[in-house]
Amino acid sequence: MPRSNVLVDADWVEAHLDDPKVVLVEVDEDTAAYEKNHIRGAVRIDWRQDLQDPVRRDFVNKEQFEKLLSERGIGNDDTVVLYGGNNNWFAAYAYWYFKLYGHDDVKLLDGGRKKWELDSRELVDEVPQRTKTSYSAKQPNNDIRAFRDEVVESIGVQNLVDVRSPDEFSGKLLAPAHLPQEQSQRAGHVPTAKNIPWSKAANDDGTFRSDDELKELYSGEGVDFGKDTIAYCRIGERSAHTWFVLHELLDQPNVKNSDGSWTEYGSLVGVPIEKDV
Amino acid sequence: MCGAPVQDLSLEGIDVATETVIQGTVTRDGQPEGGAYVRLLDSSGEFTAEVVTSATGAFRFFARPGAWTLRALAAGAQADAEVEAQQGDVTEAKITL
Repeated sequence: MPRSNVLVDADWVEAHLDDPKVVLVEVDEDTAAYEKNHIRGAVRIDWRQDLQDPVRRDFVNKEQFEKLLSERGIGNDDTVVLYGGNNNWFAAYAYWYFKLYGHDDVKLLDGGRKKWELDSRELVDEVPQRTKTSYSAKQPNNDIRAFRDEVVESIGVQNLVDVRSPDEFSGKLLAPAHLPQEQSQRAGHVPTAKNIPWSKAANDDGTFRSDDELKELYSGEGVDFGKDTIAYCRIGERSAHTWFVLHELLDQPNVKNSDGSWTEYGSLVGVPIEKDV
Repeated sequence: MCGAPVQDLSLEGIDVATETVIQGTVTRDGQPEGGAYVRLLDSSGEFTAEVVTSATGAFRFFARPGAWTLRALAAGAQADAEVEAQQGDVTEAKITL
């Protein structure tokens, strides 16, 4: 698949700011970011409020997703361009989520909000008013979502890619280092997982590395492209970034993201854990 | 929560004795640089975390003891700083763009 089908750069976005069939969506965990400013015309999706069930640990269901997109004014035939902070982690998660519910034309803005800011491009605080739609989602495509039993069954058999930082992988840290470290689950990683931090797939400004560099990265780190792959991190957003690289940029079939990730696996009773410290 | 909220430097509710805190400010021409991206790189240069500075240029990480590199990225500027962090301590760093 050509990159342009799934990834657009900032110039492309600027050229399509007034295109009625292109909907920009900012996806963040930090809700203050969008309120402060955003790319002109962008609507917001809140990773926690909008994409997580408020009670159970799970996704919103098909009807809730349809309601969300209808309220945001997104139609089934719109081109959705996702971007956000944190090097597009949550935007990549939303991308994977849109694919799970079968949206046809969805793309990521390369470099996300960071690259846009570093380029000093225009940001506004005006919230757009979009006409409501009646969005129709497909049944969830679980071919791209890994559940806990599949993670356990993949040990020693399929590719497991742990995309957290080396210190989280080894068990020295339980969370990314901008967060307090107190956590309930155990530290370490799934046995036989390869540690290929998400950040190796991106440049400092948040843009993705070239296809050739990416292929070399994963095969060099021991990912067997002839096997199935599950990517995981702590809560599934950084691994959605790696899922995007493997499944969308490198066109690898049979790549799944584990949204349960380490906060689920590291809390399971009786599963094996490897720890280096 | 996994994201990088804009920083404020209150340590209220956090048990500093068990944490290894690295915090500081980013300035440019003597003025605080809000909205800069600060990355925490481990001793092999690998990315560990990233935050956005507050309006007062402040940032903070919860790391582990050892040597770290801080890298600030802002429009048209970039700078590094090296720190040595210890558990139970708040290591202060100043990064000048």
